[in-house]
Amino acid sequence: MIWTDLQTALSREGYVASDDLAVALQLALALERPLLLEGAAGVGKTEIARTLSAVKNTKLIRLQCYEGLDAAQAIYEWNYQRQLLSIRAAAEDGETGASVEARIFSRDFLMERPLLAAITQETPPVLLIDEIDRADEEFEAYLLEVLSDFQVSVPELGTIIATSKPIVILTSNSTRDLSDALRRRCLYNYVEYPDRATELAILKARCPEVEARLAEQVVGFIQKLREEELEKTPGIAEMLDFAAALMGLGIADLTENPAVLHSTLTTLLKTQSDQAHITPEVAGRIAGKAA
Amino acid sequence: MTRATKFAARDSGPSARVAGFIAHLRENGLRVGVAEAHVALSALSEVNAIRDDEARRALRAVCIGCKEESERFDDLFNSYWMDMGRVRKKVVPAPSNSFNDDVHSSRDAQGQDVGASGDATAPDSGGDLAKSEGTGKLIATKQRNLNRRDLRDLVRPEEIAEAEEVARRIGASLRERRSRRRIAARKGDRIHFRKTIRRSLATGGEPLRLLRKARPDRSRKIVALCDVSGSMSVYAQVFLAFLAGLMRADKDTDAYLFHTRLVRITEALRDKDSMRAIGRMSLMADGFGGGSKIGPSLQRFTDSYARRFVNGRSVVVIMSDGYDTSDPALIGNALEKLRKRGCKVIWLNPLKGWSDYTPVAAGMAAALPHLDMFKAANTLGDLAALETELVRL
Repeated sequence: MIWTDLQTALSREGYVASDDLAVALQLALALERPLLLEGAAGVGKTEIARTLSAVKNTKLIRLQCYEGLDAAQAIYEWNYQRQLLSIRAAAEDGETGASVEARIFSRDFLMERPLLAAITQETPPVLLIDEIDRADEEFEAYLLEVLSDFQVSVPELGTIIATSKPIVILTSNSTRDLSDALRRRCLYNYVEYPDRATELAILKARCPEVEARLAEQVVGFIQKLREEELEKTPGIAEMLDFAAALMGLGIADLTENPAVLHSTLTTLLKTQSDQAHITPEVAGRIAGKAA
Repeated sequence: MTRATKFAARDSGPSARVAGFIAHLRENGLRVGVAEAHVALSALSEVNAIRDDEARRALRAVCIGCKEESERFDDLFNSYWMDMGRVRKKVVPAPSNSFNDDVHSSRDAQGQDVGASGDATAPDSGGDLAKSEGTGKLIATKQRNLNRRDLRDLVRPEEIAEAEEVARRIGASLRERRSRRRIAARKGDRIHFRKTIRRSLATGGEPLRLLRKARPDRSRKIVALCDVSGSMSVYAQVFLAFLAGLMRADKDTDAYLFHTRLVRITEALRDKDSMRAIGRMSLMADGFGGGSKIGPSLQRFTDSYARRFVNGRSVVVIMSDGYDTSDPALIGNALEKLRKRGCKVIWLNPLKGWSDYTPVAAGMAAALPHLDMFKAANTLGDLAALETELVRL
């Protein structure tokens, strides 16, 4: 598959990828390397993984990172409660120690967490490691080890070797600088806010019922709004919400009713100061320019 | 600029050229190694490498690792592959250890020629970059402003060592901040249920020993902003040494300089060699000793970097005299916004040490209501004395 095919396949699933991104994805698939995506919130970094799993018709395994994430939550954990019950039951049945031990430290008692689950699938899944910048640096180091060796060792059980290499997508909002080692292991793409044409294509793919004229206006409005000084710049999801809100209210033209337009801005402006900043007049002016 | 570089006929084919390109990137400060050359070659075989846009995209995905590099990549690509049809004599240049010997040790995306990508001294257009020397290096340092002052003249290594000590103690005094999540601890306030049950397996399911968990103290992150405008230049020595010391004491520290503009110097200060770090910092501090626009600089900080790097665990230290040439209301607004991120704001003002000082400068007056602490600091001794105060913060 060449990258343009991948791009078409993605767009068939409703994801409009830029050329850079499509090539990066294609290379990640071909070279079996993790792909690190950075970019502002709401540009569709997470969505890529979801769409890719749909295109490849495979499972999406997601690991949401947060501060304090440790191996027990990311890789595996023994099911202690079940082991305990098992020991109790065995004691009543008079089972010997060795056989109990062999039983309670088997795969049945092992709870797979996302990383282990990802490498033990039959077919290669898409492994999404979301917001890696939120995890601690120690976890990053561990992650590197798993991603380079594709094996996990469980002391009681031995080494579990990957049955399939997952397609790994990492996303980051750069709240912290990632380590060089991680960056070097990954292919990289910085996802920008889409340009006008791309965003229009996204809107068309996601909300085909929006009329062409309104779609033009919505996209123009959002693009202009992103140029304003806002605390939280509206992303693509917000744009889709906005379009859906306008559809729901039966508005066919952004400029016709500034009051209604302003009331729909709740889908776009998510802080109090942003809402204060974009008054009905400002909104009307932006809509006028965009039209 | 679209004409491709011609290569000398005796060159040993595409792989040598790609290796040359990787070396070219490395010379320009990108963090790429031998492994990348290999990956780049396999990447090129996956796309239609005859077309320059496809080759460009493939190499981009492989070779860059952060946003800054992403922005520079096109210029670097052009200067190597699209060098106006110029003949490139030797694709693999001899290793030059003088230029960028810290590729593997530094976090800096920019290498030594900081100006080429840093916003401080970048030439405005990449268009004429290919016209530079035959090796296609982006030597922005050559265009260095002559009136720029070298901060190395101001700071001596001993001072940095001393400042490092002070900074380390200050960092330690800021340590306390309880985490929300509990982790296993010897003396905890809660029982660590999972661990207890796990341990009880050894005793046949009887939880003989109760294990505990507690909320650990997490260190606070210091974010330092230093004013290097003309009015501050007498104090710059102390503060710059302090910044360098802070960074060496705790690598999570984040540092910025501002005068009429704000520059992030964290990457430069991470250099292992402290004097080289100061040298790199001075490259970025274009306009050092000029006017000051505190309000807009703080505004820019809160609107951009603070969103990513400042949270409830941060302590923002502003080192400035508060003499501002812009609207003082901007300072108030910016600090108010900053405080909403949950951080503590400390303002160190060298003038406050004067006996009859009152914060009359309009900027300072606007800032006062938003500060958690407002202190004097002229010398390292003063900074060291802050330690006890900071504990109470």
